[in-house]
Amino acid sequence: MSEITKLTVHEALNALKNKEFTALELTEAYLRNMENGKKYNAYITECADVALQQAKEADKRYATGTNRALEGIPLGIKDLFCTKDIRTTAASHILDNFVPPYESTVTQHLLDDGAVFLGKLNLDEFAMGGSNETSYFGPVINPWSKDKLLVPGGSSGGSAAAVAAHLCAAATGTDTGGSIREPAAFCGITGIKPTYGRCSRYGIVAFASSLDQAGPIAQDVRDCAILLKSMAGFDDKDSTSCDVSVPDYEKFLDGDVRGLTFGLPKEYRPDGLNPEVSAYWDKAAEYLKARGAKVKEISLPHTKYALATYYVLAPAEASSNLARYDGIRYGFRAKEGQHLDDLYINTRTQGFGAEVRRRIMIGTYVLSAGYYDAYFLKAQKMRRLIYNDFMNAFNQCDVILTPTSPITAFPIGDESMLQNPINMYLNDVFTVSVNLAGLPALSLPIGLSATGLPYGIQLIGKPFDEGTLFNAAAKLEADAKFERK
Amino acid sequence: MAIDTHTVRRIAFLSRLKIEEEKIESTKEEFSKILNWIEELNEVNTDDVEPLISVNNTTLRMRDDEVTAGNCRAEILKNAPAAEYDYFAVPKVVE
Repeated sequence: MSEITKLTVHEALNALKNKEFTALELTEAYLRNMENGKKYNAYITECADVALQQAKEADKRYATGTNRALEGIPLGIKDLFCTKDIRTTAASHILDNFVPPYESTVTQHLLDDGAVFLGKLNLDEFAMGGSNETSYFGPVINPWSKDKLLVPGGSSGGSAAAVAAHLCAAATGTDTGGSIREPAAFCGITGIKPTYGRCSRYGIVAFASSLDQAGPIAQDVRDCAILLKSMAGFDDKDSTSCDVSVPDYEKFLDGDVRGLTFGLPKEYRPDGLNPEVSAYWDKAAEYLKARGAKVKEISLPHTKYALATYYVLAPAEASSNLARYDGIRYGFRAKEGQHLDDLYINTRTQGFGAEVRRRIMIGTYVLSAGYYDAYFLKAQKMRRLIYNDFMNAFNQCDVILTPTSPITAFPIGDESMLQNPINMYLNDVFTVSVNLAGLPALSLPIGLSATGLPYGIQLIGKPFDEGTLFNAAAKLEADAKFERK
Repeated sequence: MAIDTHTVRRIAFLSRLKIEEEKIESTKEEFSKILNWIEELNEVNTDDVEPLISVNNTTLRMRDDEVTAGNCRAEILKNAPAAEYDYFAVPKVVE
């Protein structure tokens, strides 16, 4: 592996500015890594020709001093973002021939800042999953795998694995219930889900529209700050986009945690929590205390109900969003179907994988006549209580500190996860509440398990207070001294 | 709540999905398990709670009713599984 692909985004930007190597050399080095890293199955579609062209353009910009914020930085794009003239599949058979005629707002921002796109990254089908095993294109391998092949987490599993294995300098992800933070934790890297409304959802294949948010997955906290600044911003093409100015997040990295109070929710430490997870959580709190921050126990009383609430609302929204896949206007169409309904049914049954079909049906059920109030409305009311828990907690603290996941990366094909979908859903226990409340949350690596696998620690902030998360995360990163792959 | 096989078939049709006959029973079991788990929400009294539909409490913006992305028929039809005479083509729906 070429040493230049081990650089972070900020290091590579400095080197490019200092003419230590060219953008073309950097892109070519990543393309070689991708060639040698096919075993990870991180990319669904590679676009070397586009990337080389963009890199040449970047070199021209550096030569003339017109280089932009991400000029020549090779990125991987989660295959949930529509990219103009580049196939976008959502890791589903139903979209495996779809070539968008338009660009998502977030990827357009990155292109406008001079980024190079290496290709489209693998994910759970329609981002529904926590292990990247539901992809039509097969599972992604976690670069931390030893004797057994491990999952990278999901749904942004290709993004996390590609960043950890240096198959791209950084990547985009999306997070509906933990899909940026869990894979970042499993792969020993950093990711942030920003506040709902911070990044435009225009052109991102929709899963659960009231929960979905885009964010960066990168090697360190500074890279996340640089990328989020580029990705974020108001967009009138997304009616839920917030017209709030985007600060220069890098400025927060030099901040101080003195005067900040960190809340540790007692409900996140149930009986039976893995002692390693508990110990790293305490260690992170100690690091912050040693730097002069206050740490206190807080309560989020409805935490226990967050998962069930999420697994009503997310499938309900998904069943509605995925009604558009009918085999008529784009995507896969089944061969059989004499009548229109047969065509719809055959197309959708053959086009969607098992987990997606399961969630569409659960969602259809909770929205159907007679059950709407008992399930969907009930869950929306629970969502209010969960939201209120956070708002009350933020009267006593500035940031909430929790583990990212109760476990480390598990083996591909784990029987207990596959046989009972609820076991897989339980892995999201520390991440889903944040999406229900629309809050920003960042995960960074905190240390290794006894078996040598990374654990993540999560910082949850007030709405639009990503800056404070970057400040605190930079301190934890400096103290934890985690060694990336 | 346990659901019956009739409900499983009805939900599958509403979803425009087909469940093979031999899988109806196992699907029923699986859905009942998930719905039972979800019913733990009933432990909490939410009678006076206003449902949270969106965390953004802003009202939707108004804009002029103008075409913003038009004249792209050819580009759109490029992704159609079947197109004829500049339209999407579907199986015959009227005899």
